[in-house]
Amino acid sequence: MIDTDTWQEIAQSLRTHKTRTALAVLTVAWGVFMLVLLLGAGKGIQNGVELQFRDDAVNSIRVYQGKTTVAHQGHPRGRSIKFGNDDFDRLNDNLDVADRITARYYPGGDSIVTYQNRTSSYDIRAVHPDHLYLEKSIITEGRFINELDIRERRKVAVIGVKVVEGLFEDEAVLGESIAINASTYRVVGIFRDEGGRSEQEKIYLPVSTAQLVYGAGSRVHQLLYTVGDASWEESKASEQQTRELLADRHNFAVSDERAVRIYNNLDEYQKVTDLFFWIRVFVAIVGAGTVLTGILAVSNIMVISVAERRREIGIRKALGATPAAITRLIVAESLIITAIAGYLGLLASLGLLELLKATIVENDYIYQPDVNTPVVAAVTLLVVFAGTLAGYLPARRAAAVNPVEALQQRD
Amino acid sequence: MIKLQDVRKTYQLGDNRVEALKGISLSIESGDFVSVQGSSGSGKSTLLNILGILDSYDSGSYTLNGTAIRDLTQKQAAHYRNRFIGFVFQSFNLINHKSAVENVALPLYYQGVPRRERNQLAMDYLDRVGLAGRAEHKPAELSGGQAQRVAVARALITKPALLLADEPTGALDSETSAQIMQLFRDVNDEGVTVLIVTHEEDIAAQTRRTVQLRDGDIARDERLE
Ligand SMILES: Nc1ncnc2c1ncn2[C@@H]1O[C@H](COP(=O)(O)OP(=O)(O)OP(=O)(O)O)[C@@H](O)[C@H]1O
Ligand SMILES: [Mg+2]
Repeated sequence: MIDTDTWQEIAQSLRTHKTRTALAVLTVAWGVFMLVLLLGAGKGIQNGVELQFRDDAVNSIRVYQGKTTVAHQGHPRGRSIKFGNDDFDRLNDNLDVADRITARYYPGGDSIVTYQNRTSSYDIRAVHPDHLYLEKSIITEGRFINELDIRERRKVAVIGVKVVEGLFEDEAVLGESIAINASTYRVVGIFRDEGGRSEQEKIYLPVSTAQLVYGAGSRVHQLLYTVGDASWEESKASEQQTRELLADRHNFAVSDERAVRIYNNLDEYQKVTDLFFWIRVFVAIVGAGTVLTGILAVSNIMVISVAERRREIGIRKALGATPAAITRLIVAESLIITAIAGYLGLLASLGLLELLKATIVENDYIYQPDVNTPVVAAVTLLVVFAGTLAGYLPARRAAAVNPVEALQQRD
Repeated sequence: MIKLQDVRKTYQLGDNRVEALKGISLSIESGDFVSVQGSSGSGKSTLLNILGILDSYDSGSYTLNGTAIRDLTQKQAAHYRNRFIGFVFQSFNLINHKSAVENVALPLYYQGVPRRERNQLAMDYLDRVGLAGRAEHKPAELSGGQAQRVAVARALITKPALLLADEPTGALDSETSAQIMQLFRDVNDEGVTVLIVTHEEDIAAQTRRTVQLRDGDIARDERLE
């Protein structure tokens, strides 16, 4: 399409108008640079959040008690569903993907905790050993609740570091006895938690011990489990399985979503992923806008270029240039400007992204900023297409000009 | 070769209508050497531009070598301008950023002649107008007479059957004018039909036929001997 002569014509024309050419190149290059950088950064932020999700929140499913909203098998609607040890056992025995599982029992009321002459109030959670993994508690001293504690209903407690700060001074903590309301427990472990202050102001007891002490029989309030490496689909299937297992035992309709409420952390993850998809769409639109601005600038520059060269175009037409030849020359010129500019912009932005990837300090917000090949290809296509278009409209106008009128323009 | 029949051209400038050509009928035989004279604003340039297919006209007919010009597409018109007509302007109309030889070679570029070949031919024509030594000069580095000779070389390089020149010597001194006229006579001797616009009597006197325009009409048309 572009022969050597056209190349030479274009090279000559670009050289003659260096400033203008440089300006056009700069505008488009900047547009492409911004577009690719924004896309890369968007991807980086998304990667960062995804990483955080996997890291911070376990792929957990929490099951809460609810109230039925439809009558079922002779039971009226509005019936409260209460969980017990049986529910825990049932899920533990039957769930396909449950990796770690625990129940939670809340003694309720004010829990007055005393050590020697110091007293304070803390949240008490009575749990199974796996709770450690669900909350991602980190044991700093001693141990967490274990199976033996559960089986023997031992009166032991694992306390948060903030509890230690509140009740103890410089004494050794492990092996000491603390009183919760009227009962004494031996402290067997200390934990911290990255979930913040309130998560570290908790006291964990064996669920069986608490049920006995508080006269709760086999009652529990919540069931929690992780789905390990299960995919989102598998985790959704597990939700459904849980609902079916509990519906069967408590005689409520499986379709009654309020009878037990299931909260799937992966859903949140999915929501955030969706959000980031839209952020990327937004970024793409903004970036494309930037490129478009560049293209408009090129178009503008081509309009000026054509206007300035009206006389030259008139001469060419008088010498026998066809409209197609004039159009081709100007479009090719525009295309070359945008292609060079696009290439420079692409190179600069990819370079910067690589640099960022290599040097960025590990942080919570951005991880592996990157653009993939299809994106680069799309940007390239966009630039080429827009460059052609930017040149085409002024070129058509230039090609249609009446030679005499064009020649009347003075240099 | 040229046949004009009642050709009219009107310019509309706001409320002002200027009748530049008021029904020109004119025939020019192949191989003739014609001058068009007239006072400023009489329509000489308008006529020449129409003959050169550089401008349109409102009514009448123009046949060039048996072809009705009005029916030509833009592409065909370009082809005619390129192959059939050589045009010399009063203000030279060279492309500033091209050297003399590149300017002369440009019409051949639009014929698709390879670069080497057309530059060689352009050198021959530059030599013919006595400017081989100025081949690499840009128009700004040439005198008026030199620039016009480059323009003549450019008009001749496609071996046109018709050479049109709009006051080719208007901007030149008498000595360079004489050189240009000599070129035109030589070309005419080779069989090219030449038509020049001039308002100088002594230039017109060197042609074989002179057409006098007055206010867009032909006032006088005589053969000189
Ligand atoms: N583009 C235009 N727009 C409006 N009027 C025009 C235009 N070109 C020429 N005219 C008018 O048409 C008439 C003929 O103009 P033309 O240029 O043909 O005259 P000319 O004989 O070549 O004059 P000169 O010797 O000054 O070159 C003039 O009155 C001129 O003002
Ligand atoms: Mg004139």
